[in-house]
Amino acid sequence: MIHPIPPGTRDVLPDEMRELRRLRQALLEVFEGRGYGEVATPAIEYEEVLARGDGRASRTYRFFDESGELLALRSDMTVPIARLVADRFTESEPPFRLCYLASAYRAVRPQSGQLREFEQAGVELIGVPAPEGTVEVIEVLEAALDAAGLGRAVIGLGDADLYRQLLEELGVVGEARDSVLVSLATHDLVGLEEKLGEAGIGSERVETCVALTQLRGGREVLEQARGLGGEAVERAIARLSETYEELERRGAADRVQIDLGLLRDLGYYSGAILEVYDPALGHVLGGGGRYDGLMKRFGLDLSAAGFGLYLERVHTAQLEEQGRDRP
Amino acid sequence: MSALKIAVPRGALFGETLDVLDAVGIDTAELRGGSRSLIFETSGVTLVTVRPSDVPTYVEAGAADVGITGKDVLLEQSDRVVYELLDLGYGRCRMVLAARTGNDRLAEAQRRLGRMRIATKYPRIAERYFESTGRQVELVEVKGSVELAPLVGLGDGIVDLVATGRTLEDNELEVREEIVECTARFVANRVSHKLRAAEIDELTAKLREASGR
Repeated sequence: MIHPIPPGTRDVLPDEMRELRRLRQALLEVFEGRGYGEVATPAIEYEEVLARGDGRASRTYRFFDESGELLALRSDMTVPIARLVADRFTESEPPFRLCYLASAYRAVRPQSGQLREFEQAGVELIGVPAPEGTVEVIEVLEAALDAAGLGRAVIGLGDADLYRQLLEELGVVGEARDSVLVSLATHDLVGLEEKLGEAGIGSERVETCVALTQLRGGREVLEQARGLGGEAVERAIARLSETYEELERRGAADRVQIDLGLLRDLGYYSGAILEVYDPALGHVLGGGGRYDGLMKRFGLDLSAAGFGLYLERVHTAQLEEQGRDRP
Repeated sequence: MSALKIAVPRGALFGETLDVLDAVGIDTAELRGGSRSLIFETSGVTLVTVRPSDVPTYVEAGAADVGITGKDVLLEQSDRVVYELLDLGYGRCRMVLAARTGNDRLAEAQRRLGRMRIATKYPRIAERYFESTGRQVELVEVKGSVELAPLVGLGDGIVDLVATGRTLEDNELEVREEIVECTARFVANRVSHKLRAAEIDELTAKLREASGR
């Protein structure tokens, strides 16, 4: 007899479990070695509490419990940890350094190979503003990637406020702005050009905006962006160079790619955003950035930054990289 | 680093795609030879030939770094995460709602039942379109020759891609509403777009020039 499990979930057998355990251990050692204490939170929380953080992320699983309360499965660890810090650490002196290895849950489209239940490994640094906080988080991320054997991995560094501010400056507001942001978030450059054109900002500015989203690389990108002008661009560049220069000073900028086309879809980001890639895998390994407004939604006005890696994907990339090393 | 993998769509876009690849200096002679191979190493890149509707799948997974496919495919698979970099301009056709010529069964169903039965190969595009125009429909998904459906009573109309309109005409169907215009698009894998930025930017620029955009 066959006893099926839901699509997007999986069993793990001893061989893989052993490899995953080693990977978890290696990551935890990095996190703890840098002063990040591991925490756990419940997988189910009150829907209202999680929604306070992520503004009702559309892919969250929600259900009623036996007394009619609306509950939700956490879709990441950032929001539960924000709640935990706001409730438990009010009397303590920031900054707070916390890390986690935990499963999270998101609805996926069928037959896509995506997991509904996936494990994340990450850190949260609460109470250290930009750029120091961002730089620290990137350094921990680099150490974690090294510990996982992903020496070739690259970290994309972008700015979540760039386009919001740029569109405001160009007078693109309301529905027009929203549809432009959708094109940006779905990486549809053809649609972006079309929608900016419809917003009536002039073809030169349309070209500038589209060109801006394609700028990615090292320090030279900041100069190229500056050439495209505008106050919003100038401010984003100032934020990015501050971070990048600090990374350079610490010798941690080599694997960081400045990317003005980055836009993460989670609603709570502000300032720096991060994405992690490895040449061995076609999927993004994880991401993060700053969410300076998030703690305030839980009543504690503290800056925050962090990242989360998809453990299963890191493991796949690790295997690919090991395969490459063998002759 | 390994050669850049480009997913090339077999089918209606094949010929013009090879032309545009030739124009940017990628030799496609081998692909034109009627070879049964699916992978070709040429001019420093790897060309993989796949069904147009599989292009987003290969590119999303990183099995191909970049690819070319129709906007209709991208719209139908809008949940696949690929970077849409360029409108190549060729392969122009229209996604339309069509029904039997001179027959008002479609309008009749809408008026009397408040609901139309529509056969299509593009259920998601059709669903979004009718939803956004405030109409209720029952969608019947078929995999091929959708023109047949209304002739034998499987649905009051169809949503399908039309290039010249000949197939519709031959089957005594006519366009009732135009949904969206579709052309060939150049797409890229999210990770390749970051890690092979220089190569992909260069190819994009050449394609832009070759397609006269």
